[in-house]
Amino acid sequence: MELKRQILNLIAHEAQLSPKLIATMLGQDEKVIVRAIREMEDDKVILGYNTVINWDKMESDGVTATIEVKVTPQREVGFNGVAERICKFPEVRSVHLMSGSYDLSVVVDGYNLKEIASFVSHKLSTLDEVQSTVTHFVLKTYKVDNFVFEDPREDERLVISP
Amino acid sequence: MSSMEKYVSNVVKSVPPSGIRKFFDLASQMQGVISLGVGEPDFVTPWHIREACFHALEKGYTMYTSNHGLIELREEIALYQKRKIGVCYSPEDEILITIGVSEAVDLVMRALIEPGDEVLVPEPSFVCYAPGAMLAYGKAVPVQTFNHDQYRLKPEELEKCITPRSKILILAYPSNPTGAIMHEEDLTALLDIIIKNDLIVITDEIYSELTYNGSHVSIASLPGMRDRTVLLNGFSKAFAMTGWRVGYACGHSDIIDAMKKIHQYSIMCASIMGQKAALEALRNGEHEMKKMVDSYNYRRRIMLAGFDDIGMSCFEPKGAFYCFPSIRCTGMSSEEFCEKLLEEEKVAVVPGNAFGSCGEGFVRCCYAASVSNIEEAVSRMGSFLNRHRKA
Repeated sequence: MELKRQILNLIAHEAQLSPKLIATMLGQDEKVIVRAIREMEDDKVILGYNTVINWDKMESDGVTATIEVKVTPQREVGFNGVAERICKFPEVRSVHLMSGSYDLSVVVDGYNLKEIASFVSHKLSTLDEVQSTVTHFVLKTYKVDNFVFEDPREDERLVISP
Repeated sequence: MSSMEKYVSNVVKSVPPSGIRKFFDLASQMQGVISLGVGEPDFVTPWHIREACFHALEKGYTMYTSNHGLIELREEIALYQKRKIGVCYSPEDEILITIGVSEAVDLVMRALIEPGDEVLVPEPSFVCYAPGAMLAYGKAVPVQTFNHDQYRLKPEELEKCITPRSKILILAYPSNPTGAIMHEEDLTALLDIIIKNDLIVITDEIYSELTYNGSHVSIASLPGMRDRTVLLNGFSKAFAMTGWRVGYACGHSDIIDAMKKIHQYSIMCASIMGQKAALEALRNGEHEMKKMVDSYNYRRRIMLAGFDDIGMSCFEPKGAFYCFPSIRCTGMSSEEFCEKLLEEEKVAVVPGNAFGSCGEGFVRCCYAASVSNIEEAVSRMGSFLNRHRKA
């Protein structure tokens, strides 16, 4: 379990690390690393590998919104029933059950404001369990998944020091 | 302009110029160099520590502190040393906050050395001890350590160098430049000689947190050694705080008091902002520090595996963030190797002889660099070796 945790800590920040390099870093055999990663993929501990992209640099017009959703929990399934239903929409990037003044935090990607507005008014708000929604559009992204979007500084250390 | 050199004191003139100066000038003029020649972390000081400094400034902490340093920092250091090495120091009179370990080295040399006293310096060694001894009118006596001993100080080598004027033994493990560490049994083997010859030990433990696959052992924790040891440590390496210049000395109150006497007239006190940041590092910095240490350990293994792949012989360093591989297969001197490597492959490493004559035939490579830079630098060193290997 400790080895798997160490592997996850490494690839959480850099999914492209090769099993060979991970093996060197952790002082393990490459085969052990390959097997551990495969087990975690099979067990759905590792669900997939995303790329962190600064779309602004691609002059992309996409829009992202975080939607606070209040829902009525259902008998037997509680919040899970409605949450799982919301997950099925392809425009939904993530769904979290939250503590505090609302229940579900839903992150949605769309091509433009109109598309997200349409999703909220036609698909999300119309679900029986949904009581209300508050939509917040993302204006600028500064940091995602530990990656800061501004360009990193050059290494300013002295080239040689004792 | 007429020369003013005649006014410079003879003792300063007697100190040889830094062995890395020429090489620094060469490397810093070149563009696109991958440097494995740095001697400091590649992390920025963790944010919570920097933030503690901002807070201190906002609150108006811009005044002098006591000569000893902030009492709350000394209390925290006492707790830290008790936790880490099991030795208790009184925050009141057995701990002195200094401008990095470098100042502490200078102070302790000046506090203890009578003209002509000898300071035993195991080499290869960090560059400040021998000049520190000389500037205090002492004599630095190099003690050899060897690659085949994994650069641990051996009692027989120490004994060879003892004279009636021997007064101080320097121990600086984990070692810059070799990455060597001393296990408890290695230190224990030195005790008879130290006690029989009434030596004071100055142990520079600045890299103590960067000990891999085990825990650091301090000679101050061994029987009979607490009072004859002056322990130096600081925040530069473990907490990535090189530029803050905060270090400290722990030891018997008579010695700390003597050091304080010099410190109060030459320095007054370490900067209060740095001391406040250091306090935050000790109180809440363990988690971030452990992450940095893990990261160094990963890169240590990558560099070692890379040297193995290119057929470069290197003993496994167990501490600090340096490898010290042999370059003897090229038949070149360390300086020649470093200059040619820089010129032909644009990779900067430090000649081993800059750390003492027994470092000849080796180079210091720092793995506090990005993984991609380590891999690229090692690959270029491989090409270089293929062209220049003699045997």
